[in-house]
Amino acid sequence: MLDHILSLLIFFPALAAMMGFVVHKDSAKAYGIAVSIIEFVISLYLWFAFDTNVSGMQFMESISIVPTFGINYLVGIDGISLFIIIMASFFTMIGIASLGDVKKMKNLVITLLFLQMTMVGVFAALDAIVFYTFWELSLVPMLYIIGAWGGPLRIYASVKFFLYTFTGSLVMLVGMLFMAFLYNQATGVWSFSILEWYRLILPENYQLWLFAAFFIGFAIKVPMFPFHTWLPYAHGQAPTIGSVILAAVLLKMGTYAFIRFSLPMFPDAAVFFMFPIAILAIIMIIYTAMVAYAQEDIKQVVAYSSISHMGVIILGTFALNVEGITGSVFLMIGHGIVSGALFFLVGVIYDRRHTKMMSEFGGLASVMPRYATIFGIMMMASVGLPLLINFVGEFLSLLGFYNQSHIVTLLAGTAIIVGAIYMLSSFKKAFFGEVTNEKNRNLPDLNSKEIIALVPLTIIAVWLGVYPKPILDPINNSVKSVVMLMHEKSITEEAKTRIPLLEDKTLMQTPQAEVK
Amino acid sequence: MLSHVNISLQSLNISTLVPMLIPIVGALFILVLDLFKKDQSKSMYVMLSLLFMMLDFGSLVDFSLSFNTNGTALGYFNMMLIDGLALLAQFVIVGASILFIPLALTSKRFHEFSYPEFFALFLFMIAGFQFMVATDNLILIFIGLETASLALYTLIALHNRSKSFEAAVKYFTMGALAAGFFAFGAMILYALSGSVEIHQIAAVFNADEFANLPFILVAVVFLLASLGFKVSLVPFHTWAPDVYEGASASMAGYMSIVPKIAGFVVIMRLFEFLIQSGVVWLNVVLYAIVVITMTAANIWALVQNDVKRMLAYSSISHAGFVMAAVLIGTTQANSALFLYWILFTFTNLGAFSMLWISRQKNLAPGQSSDHSYNKFAGLIKIAPLSATIMALFMLSLAGIPPFALFWGKIYMISAAVSAGYIVLALIMALNSAIAGYYYLKLIVYMFMKEPEIDIDSKVYTMNGSIALRTIIGFAAIGTVFAIIAVNPLIEFITAFVYNSGY
Repeated sequence: MLDHILSLLIFFPALAAMMGFVVHKDSAKAYGIAVSIIEFVISLYLWFAFDTNVSGMQFMESISIVPTFGINYLVGIDGISLFIIIMASFFTMIGIASLGDVKKMKNLVITLLFLQMTMVGVFAALDAIVFYTFWELSLVPMLYIIGAWGGPLRIYASVKFFLYTFTGSLVMLVGMLFMAFLYNQATGVWSFSILEWYRLILPENYQLWLFAAFFIGFAIKVPMFPFHTWLPYAHGQAPTIGSVILAAVLLKMGTYAFIRFSLPMFPDAAVFFMFPIAILAIIMIIYTAMVAYAQEDIKQVVAYSSISHMGVIILGTFALNVEGITGSVFLMIGHGIVSGALFFLVGVIYDRRHTKMMSEFGGLASVMPRYATIFGIMMMASVGLPLLINFVGEFLSLLGFYNQSHIVTLLAGTAIIVGAIYMLSSFKKAFFGEVTNEKNRNLPDLNSKEIIALVPLTIIAVWLGVYPKPILDPINNSVKSVVMLMHEKSITEEAKTRIPLLEDKTLMQTPQAEVK
Repeated sequence: MLSHVNISLQSLNISTLVPMLIPIVGALFILVLDLFKKDQSKSMYVMLSLLFMMLDFGSLVDFSLSFNTNGTALGYFNMMLIDGLALLAQFVIVGASILFIPLALTSKRFHEFSYPEFFALFLFMIAGFQFMVATDNLILIFIGLETASLALYTLIALHNRSKSFEAAVKYFTMGALAAGFFAFGAMILYALSGSVEIHQIAAVFNADEFANLPFILVAVVFLLASLGFKVSLVPFHTWAPDVYEGASASMAGYMSIVPKIAGFVVIMRLFEFLIQSGVVWLNVVLYAIVVITMTAANIWALVQNDVKRMLAYSSISHAGFVMAAVLIGTTQANSALFLYWILFTFTNLGAFSMLWISRQKNLAPGQSSDHSYNKFAGLIKIAPLSATIMALFMLSLAGIPPFALFWGKIYMISAAVSAGYIVLALIMALNSAIAGYYYLKLIVYMFMKEPEIDIDSKVYTMNGSIALRTIIGFAAIGTVFAIIAVNPLIEFITAFVYNSGY
C-alpha cells in the first residue's frame, strides 16, 4: 500500500470523477466533499509516513511506458513537494465544501476532481514527460471552470489563459526534448527522468539556452512580469473556486518547477540570470503593487497583490542558497493559504452583494464583524506581519538574497512595505467608517459553510506563523540537498562562489555524466 | 532480330503482387456479383469489401513476417519493391480503409452507397495506392497514382450534391495538372539518367556528382508540385478545403489520411537521396515549404466558420508538420512520420466520423453550412457524450498529453532536435500553439456557449448506427489509450524503416 500511495493519491480523484458521472446531480456536492475528504486524509497520511530525516525522494514508483524513448511513469516526493501536495488536496476539499448554489454543480465537482489529479500529478512527477502531461492537462479543467462559470468576459479570459500558458509550455517542451537529446549524447540512452538529468553536467552555453526555454514556460505560469497579463483577466472572470485554486495551487507550479528543474539542472545559468531575474522580481513586486493601488475592484486588488507576492517567492528562489530557497518554498505554502483565503473572502462578499467594487462598500466592520476579523487577519498575513505565516517565508527569502546582494534586498524590502499601503487602504475603504450604502446595512455575517472554509485557514496562518518548524524542517532538509547538488555541478567560478558549499556530506549526490 | 528472353517464373516472384491483387479481385467480384443479382443491400457490399481488405491486411502481415527474416523483396521484373516503407504504408492504407468503410453503414440512406460501383471503385483505389508505395519505378508510381486518383474523383462526385460535383471537378482538373507535372518531372529524370527507377537514378546522379544540376532542379520542381498537390502542401493546397467541404465527411476524413501517406512514401523515396546530395537549394526549398505549410494553413484555419473546412486546413497543417520528417531525413524522423500518421489516423477518423454522424439533409434556419460552428454551440447541454468525445479528438489534434497525437508530436520534434534543427523544432512547437486556438474554438462553442440555433437534438446522432458508434468508440479508445501502443509501435516502425535503409 505504501509503495503505491502516490499513484493512489494521483488517480483516486480521477477515478472518483469518472464514477461521479453516475451520481445524481443533487448529491454531486456531497459526493465531491466525501471524495476530497478521503483524498485529504490520504495526503495527511503521506505526511505521517514521510521520513523527515531523508532529504531525497520518497515513495518512489517507476513503471516504464515507452522504454525505447526513455519515458517512464516516475513519481516521488521530497520535502519541497510534500506540503504543496497537501495544500492542493486541502484546498480542493474546502473549495468543494464551501461551494454555494451554482448551476451545473455536478459538472463543476467532476471538473474539480480531475483538476486535483493534475495538481497532485505535477508535484509528484519525476519524469519530465509525466510532469509535462499533468502540467498541460491541468489547463483543460481550469479552462472549463473559468469558461463555464465565470463572469461576462469569461470566454476571452479562459482562452487567453489557456493559449498563453500553452504557448509557453510548448517552448519548454522543446527544451525538455533537447535536454533528453543531450542526455542521450552523453550516455547513449534516452531518459526523461529528472533525477538522471540532475547528474548531467552541461556546458554553460547549453545551460543558458535551456534555462531560457524552461524559463518561458515557468515564467508565464508564475506569472512573472512581463508575462503576467493573462492573470488579472483570469482572476477577474473566474468564479471564486477557480480563483482560489488558481492562486493557491496552480501558480505554484511555476515557482515549484524553477526549484525542481531550472536550479539543479542549470546551476551556472541560474547564477548567470540571477540578477536579471531578481530585477524582474523587484519590478514585479513594485509595479503590480502600484497597479493594485489603482484598482476599483476588490478582487483585482487581491489578484495584483497575489502577483506581487509571487515576486518575493522568485527572489527567494534565485537567492540560490538554503535560506532563500527554503523561504521561498515556505512562502509558496503561505501565499497559497493567504491568497486562497483572500479570494474566498472576496467571494463571500460577492455572493451577498453581486458587486466587487470597493466604492460600494464601507463600514462593513460594524455589519459583519466576524467577516471583518478574518479579512483583517488574512490581510495582515498578506502584508507580512510577524507571527503570521507569510512573515516567515518573506523574511527567509530576503535573508537569503541578502547574502547575494544588499541593495537588491533593500529595494525588495522597501517594496514590500510600500505594498502594505494598498492593502491597508483598501481594507480601510471597505471596512471602516460609517455604513454609507443602505444595501450594506443588513448584510448577514459569515454562515457556517463559510466558517468551515475560513477558520481552518486562519488557524493555519497563525499556527505556522508562530511555530513553522514542523514544515520548515523537512523543506530545509530537501533544499540542502538541492543546493549541494548545484554547488557540486556548477562549472564556473562565479557559480561556485555564489552557491554556498555545505558541510553535510551525507546528502551528497555525485554528478555522473558530462556533455562535452 | 530479337533474341529470346528467358525469364523463369520463379524469378518474377509473382507473390509480391498478391496484396494489390486481392482488392482488385475483390472489386471485380463485386461488379460481377452485381451482374447476376441486382439491388443488394449496401451492408452486404460493405461486409464484402471489409472481408477483402482484411484478407489484404492478412497478406501484409504475412509479408512483414518474411521481411523480418529475409529483408526487402523484389518482384515482377524488379518493379515491385516490398521494403519496410512499402509495408508500413500499406498497413496504414489498408488499416485506415478497414476503419473507414463501415462509415457507409449509416442509418439514413445516402444515395452513393446504394451503387455497388462505389465499393468496387473504393477497392480499386486501395490497389492503386498500394502500387504507388510498393515500387520505386516512376512509371508504376504514376499508374498507381492515377488509378487511385481517378477512382477517388468519382467517389467524391457520387455524393451527389452540387458542392460535391464542384469538388470532384475541381479536384479532377487540378489533379490532371498535377499528373502532367509528374510525367514531365519523371521524363526529365529519365532523360538525364536513362532509368525510371529511383535507386538507379540516384546511382547515376551520385556517380556524375549531379553534373546536370539545373535540369535536376527543374525535374524536382515539377515532381514537388505534383506530389505536393497530393499531400496538400502550400502553395499546392488550394483544392483541399473546397474538396473536403464538398465530399461527404467520411470521404473527407479518408482523403486526409490515405492518399497522403501514399504521397509521403513516394516523396520519401524520391527526396531521400536528393536531400543527402548536399545541394543547399533543395534543403532551403523544402524547409520553406514545411514552414509555410504549417504556419499558413494554421492561420487560415483560424478564420473558418465551418468545422469541416477548419479540419481541412488543420490536415494541411499536419501534413506540413510530418513533411518536416523528409527534410530532417534521419531514421528517427522517418519513423516519427509513420508513428505520427498512425496516431493521426485514429484521431482524424474520430473527428470526421463525429461530423459524419451529425450530417443533416436539411439545414436549420440560421445555420450557414452543414457543420458550422454555431451548430455545435452548447452541445454539452444537448448531447453531453457527443460533446465530450468531440472535445477529446480536438484535444488530441491540439497535441495535449496524454492523447494520441501528443506522442507523435514529441517524437517528431525530438527527431528535429536530435538532427540539429532547433529552429525548426521551435517553429513546430509554436505552430502547435497557434493550432491550439482553433481546436479550442470548437471546445469553447460546445462547452461554454448557449445553444444558438433552434436545432433538433436528434440531429447530432442522426446517422448513428451500431457500425458508426463502434468506429467512433474505437477511435476514442485509440486516442485516449494511445500511450500503451506507442512503445510497440516505435519499435516496430523503427525496425522496418531502419531495415529499408531510410
